[in-house]
Amino acid sequence: MASIFVVSAERFIPLFPRLACQGVLLGCHPCFRLNMFSKGTKRKFSDGDEEISDESLVGARVASSYSLQRQSLLDMSLIKLQLCHMLVEPNLCRSVLIANTVRQIQEEMTHDGSWHMVAEAFCSAGQSPSERLVATEVLCRSREQDAEPKLFSVISYEGCREEEVVADETLCSVSVSDTVSNVCLAGRIGQCWEKSELSGVERDEEALEDSRLGSGEDEEIDTKDRASTESPKTIGQVFGTFEIKNGSPGPDSALEELFSDVDTSYYDLDTMLTGMQSAPKMGPYDILDSLAPSHSSPSIVSTPNCRSDLNELDHIMEIIVGS
Amino acid sequence: MGEDSESPKINHSFLRDYVTEADVISTVEFNQTGDLLATGDKGGRVVIFQRETESKGESEELGESGEYNVYSTFQSHEPDFDYLKSLEIEEKINKIRWLPQQNAAHFLLSTNDKTIKLWKVSERDKRPEGYNLKDEEGRIKDISTVTSLRVPVLKPTDLMVEVRPRRIFANGHTYHVNSISVNSDGETYLSADDLRINMWHLDITDRSFNIVDIKPANMEDLTEVITAAEFHPHHCQLFVYSSSKGTLRLCDMRESALCDKHSKIFEEPEDPGNRSFFSEIISSVSDVKFSHSGRYLLTRDYLTVKVWDLNMEKGPVETYQVHEYLRSKLCSLYENDCIFDKFECVWNSTDSVIMTGAYNSFFRMFDRETGRGVTLEAWRENSKPRAVLRTRRVYTGGRRRRGDVGVDSLDFTKKILHMAWHPAENIIAIAATNNLYIFQDRVNAENQ
Repeated sequence: MASIFVVSAERFIPLFPRLACQGVLLGCHPCFRLNMFSKGTKRKFSDGDEEISDESLVGARVASSYSLQRQSLLDMSLIKLQLCHMLVEPNLCRSVLIANTVRQIQEEMTHDGSWHMVAEAFCSAGQSPSERLVATEVLCRSREQDAEPKLFSVISYEGCREEEVVADETLCSVSVSDTVSNVCLAGRIGQCWEKSELSGVERDEEALEDSRLGSGEDEEIDTKDRASTESPKTIGQVFGTFEIKNGSPGPDSALEELFSDVDTSYYDLDTMLTGMQSAPKMGPYDILDSLAPSHSSPSIVSTPNCRSDLNELDHIMEIIVGS
Repeated sequence: MGEDSESPKINHSFLRDYVTEADVISTVEFNQTGDLLATGDKGGRVVIFQRETESKGESEELGESGEYNVYSTFQSHEPDFDYLKSLEIEEKINKIRWLPQQNAAHFLLSTNDKTIKLWKVSERDKRPEGYNLKDEEGRIKDISTVTSLRVPVLKPTDLMVEVRPRRIFANGHTYHVNSISVNSDGETYLSADDLRINMWHLDITDRSFNIVDIKPANMEDLTEVITAAEFHPHHCQLFVYSSSKGTLRLCDMRESALCDKHSKIFEEPEDPGNRSFFSEIISSVSDVKFSHSGRYLLTRDYLTVKVWDLNMEKGPVETYQVHEYLRSKLCSLYENDCIFDKFECVWNSTDSVIMTGAYNSFFRMFDRETGRGVTLEAWRENSKPRAVLRTRRVYTGGRRRRGDVGVDSLDFTKKILHMAWHPAENIIAIAATNNLYIFQDRVNAENQ
């Protein structure tokens, strides 16, 4: 185990620039992650072989510092993607470049084998959901995947009825082709979060489903229900995880403020990438305001939008189905 | 507000300690003769400067320094709202391109994220006088008072510049338009957004041809976007477009109607020694320009400018480091989003010098013959008329000279993104936030 760290250190450390993360955006400093991560690492060392040579120990530290930096970069990238959700007109080029960076990190972490290790470290540490950034949500999910080493899982919505043509491929794509039907969203969320908050999940799961249906009328209608391919659909999955994050209540109200009221119509990738959402125009400073400890910050998006969309959608569906 | 961005050499905005967002210049372009210079800003306005000729009507001597003064100002685009998507459409002018002049009037294309407009700029310096049925104020005369007939005559008046929208090319783009380019055939032009390129006829506004479409069937598979596009200066069937992955694709419209398949692809293999997580981002091409000769391409990515020969696809023929000292700062630049800044690049009139912008109000010029680069600063302290620009240096090690700027003291909010070079002379226009700097090279003017 230790030798793997040494190899990766040699390969990567000279190339990876020293991070100077200030963690301005959410007030979650990288050192926060540093603590969490090093806890897991220490446990490993103490559990493992005591006869670790000095060399490999140093190498391991260097490697774990690299992993930390890489993790920081991943978190930063995911935050950027999330934030560009919020702005009215996300710059598509920037979003694509950030998403590619995320994909690259993910691939490297898979090859390193550190992906599952990190996932375990986080999930077993029993952190409350709100303290985890979106990345951790992703990490937890990956444990649920059976077949392919899918790192980011999709919200599989196999309960898609045929008439519900509005749900797009992202949502209908199946992670493993012949799993039992009706593996519903609630189940996935519930499995992922080992601790309490399940009630919170269920409450929001409904909102998620409704919102997803509600978003349908804006997007291109596509009846194909494609099974997913082997290669991980990074963009879809990355953005798919944001919706799960919505449902997390928790003591950290700042994060809660940020995510709870986000319009879930960005389920649709096309929607997300072209910025179709009913969020009012917000600059980066507005987001910082909404993160202030005071709970009086106005909600970012009014959720009634989803409800009225749903009613309109029902109406449209009736027309299409021809009742 | 607008006056500050209008005076090229003297600007009073230092009296304010903030920059009005709407005054930030977002594009600069000379016309084909260089007599007119157009700037567009974030507030949707276009300001046109005209070069004053000291001996109007007579042939100018080489090296005559005409100053650029405001010729006309107009509101090109207004903020708009897309009701279907509940999105605001910014009125910021992304690009301005002049049409070749065909008569006394001048035409230019200006575009924001969604809509391209063709504007006619014409002068009026005469007006008719002596109507029979109307009086001087335009009121209808009482016929009984008309005792004799006369022929109306044209009398000179003060010069009036009229700008009128002649065409509005709307609803052609789902994504944000980043480039427009007028074709050498004088009849068509292209407009490129993140995923598609359309070709328009200048006279037809309700239809356009889609000539490139890189939108994948599943948006999840999107990994590359179009960043810039331009027609070849002489061959009306050729155009090039650049991507966020650092590739250039030359397309020939004679091959097929939809040019998704390129004729040539220009790509430099990645240097494995410099690989990092930011490699792809810094390889994204922010601007591409054909040389005046049509033989070379100039591209700008985050750290370099490169010259490509159209006959050689495997790599650039020249690479110039703009600010290599930023390579170790990429993570911070990623965090503050500076790594996504889109710098433009320009050729000089003879294709022997290339220029691009950087941070801290610096811009760089590279002499292709010697391979040497120089750093200059666009800063109001230098803007006394006739002051000579002194070269600047960023300290990256070795002996530190007076006036060197350390990498950590660079101001990343002062970025030179937009610039233009006069088509015939050594006159450059540099946009620095809300200021426009026009520099002339007096020394070399006689050598042209």
